[in-house]
Amino acid sequence: MNWISNYVRPKINSLFSRREVPENLWTKCPECGTMLFHRELSENLNVCTSCEHHMAITPRERFAALFDGGVFVEVPVPDPVIDPLAFRDQKKYPDRLKAAQKAAGEKEAMLVADGEVGRTPIIAAAQDFSFMAGSMGMYVGNAIVAAAERAVMLRRPLVLFAAAGGARMQEGILSLMQMPRTTVAVQMLNEAGLPYIVVLTHPTTGGVTASYAMLGDVQIAEPNALICFAGPRVIEQTIREKLPEGFQRAEYLLDHGMLDRVTHRKKLRDEIISILRMLMRQPQAIVADLPAPSR
Amino acid sequence: MAFGAAPTRCICRPGVSYSRGSQAGCTMTYLEFEKPLAEIEGKAEELRALARKNEAMDVEKEAVALDKKAADLLRELYKSLDPWRKCQVARHPDRPHCKDYIEALFTEYTPLAGDRNFADDPAVMGGLARFNDTPVVVIGHEKGHDTKSRIEHNFGMARPEGYRKAIRLMDLADRFGLPVITLIDTPGAYPGKGAEERGQAEAIARSTQKCLEIKVPLISVVIGEGGSGGAVAFATGDRVAMLEHSIYSVISPEGCASILWKDAEKMREAAEALRLTAQDLLKLGVIDRIIAEPLGGAQRNANAAMAAVGSEIALLLDELREKGPDLVPERRRKYLAMGAKGLAA
Ligand SMILES: [Zn+2]
Repeated sequence: MNWISNYVRPKINSLFSRREVPENLWTKCPECGTMLFHRELSENLNVCTSCEHHMAITPRERFAALFDGGVFVEVPVPDPVIDPLAFRDQKKYPDRLKAAQKAAGEKEAMLVADGEVGRTPIIAAAQDFSFMAGSMGMYVGNAIVAAAERAVMLRRPLVLFAAAGGARMQEGILSLMQMPRTTVAVQMLNEAGLPYIVVLTHPTTGGVTASYAMLGDVQIAEPNALICFAGPRVIEQTIREKLPEGFQRAEYLLDHGMLDRVTHRKKLRDEIISILRMLMRQPQAIVADLPAPSR
Repeated sequence: MAFGAAPTRCICRPGVSYSRGSQAGCTMTYLEFEKPLAEIEGKAEELRALARKNEAMDVEKEAVALDKKAADLLRELYKSLDPWRKCQVARHPDRPHCKDYIEALFTEYTPLAGDRNFADDPAVMGGLARFNDTPVVVIGHEKGHDTKSRIEHNFGMARPEGYRKAIRLMDLADRFGLPVITLIDTPGAYPGKGAEERGQAEAIARSTQKCLEIKVPLISVVIGEGGSGGAVAFATGDRVAMLEHSIYSVISPEGCASILWKDAEKMREAAEALRLTAQDLLKLGVIDRIIAEPLGGAQRNANAAMAAVGSEIALLLDELREKGPDLVPERRRKYLAMGAKGLAA
């Protein structure tokens, strides 16, 4: 997961300005071990050029690649009560939150955007696994409700990129209550007759899978993404046997009838445009007419 | 994450296997924190047994004194159970389970089986029944009461079939205008290979969705453990009530402790932090009512506990009946507003 910590950082880099640094960075593919130029990797949407392994991608990078010309407007998400339970484990929850905000450079684990994809106006939401494992708490719930409300108001489809370790334990029962809460958000889209497309990315697990992430009109997954309710380790402990190769991975779920499609990240954009336009009974997008994605 | 962990067996007569309603001496299962109580009650019982053998002995005065001491201690212990003790009480094997409630509170119970897809899930009971003469659909998790039935019911851990059966029954209720009553008592959804292959997550998501789609009243009562998504799938009701010592949580305290404390033994701390008691959930606005349990918990007086649940269901049904034929908009508003205020508010 933490591929960014694997980079080789030659001492000399510290002499350059921050802007120039990425070109000199290497990232090691956690799957095949190939050393990849950071820039090359980012141009390839964080997919290993050697083995096609799909690494994590931040919501901002995702949106920059998704929206026409990389242009999108952030949809404001209402702030929830911070630390509603006054939760404390070995650390205080607000301290964990602050550390996550500092590390990820984001306010919370989901980003909502408004923009056009292939000249098709949409609302998109993306979960950020690098922020406390993308866990679903009040903020993520607020983000999904805000995304659905905006989609209904503007009569646009919603595309959601899921990635999460599950519910935010530090928000206890209130994180669990995001399951029915986000389900209501999906129902708002359903009743307005607006398409809701879910893209499951690595990994999407727990209460997230058991609510909004499994309720799409079309369910797409990125290759080899782990998608499950109970994680493989918990299952192995329960049934005391080794699980088969590829268990709970996107392709396995596709074989078991749990997904519509498994799609390479680089083909996702075109596929989303195509599906959305058909569901909205709009004419086929003319590819030549499309502005190129930003990178 | 499974809620697990069995309480200690009876210590006043070790080795005596427990049986419900048995007249032969020990019928209690004591929890760890009830050990001092077990000693006093055991002593009183011993004295009376001695007196039965030897008629010349008059022990009644002493035994009555012990009874009083035990009653005082019981009151003291249950006056303010900490969250971890509540977890133990909520999981107590002698607590009345779904099956007991259905027998006690409903008539003409007609189980309806199967998801029409793959199988029938014995962890989930459900069917048509009458509640105070009103036809309803009742659905609940059944944990079982002894080793054999526990295995049979998979300890109340449902597989996708269970949720899909519930979806089918909720649909049936909706089409025929019957209120739905759900009884929640599960350590969580079953973490198994087949369950995952058959779409555990999707089944839970659809069941929760169904709860939010039916126009008829949906009343949920947490009678023991409300374990995570497996509970939400049935408990997304117009009204959610909890028994006084039941729990409802996003994760088991053991599971939470092993993840956040990296030490499963920190379950006391985790139980505290998670705010999983009925009292905290009422403050958070997640549940609507708390149903008082008899002194010493539902396990000490199953009939009284079941009767209390029955009266609460009757009240809630009356309340919801007055609201008209379609409860969906209000139910959705309720869940949309969920969590808007924290504990402090
Ligand atoms: Zn690679």
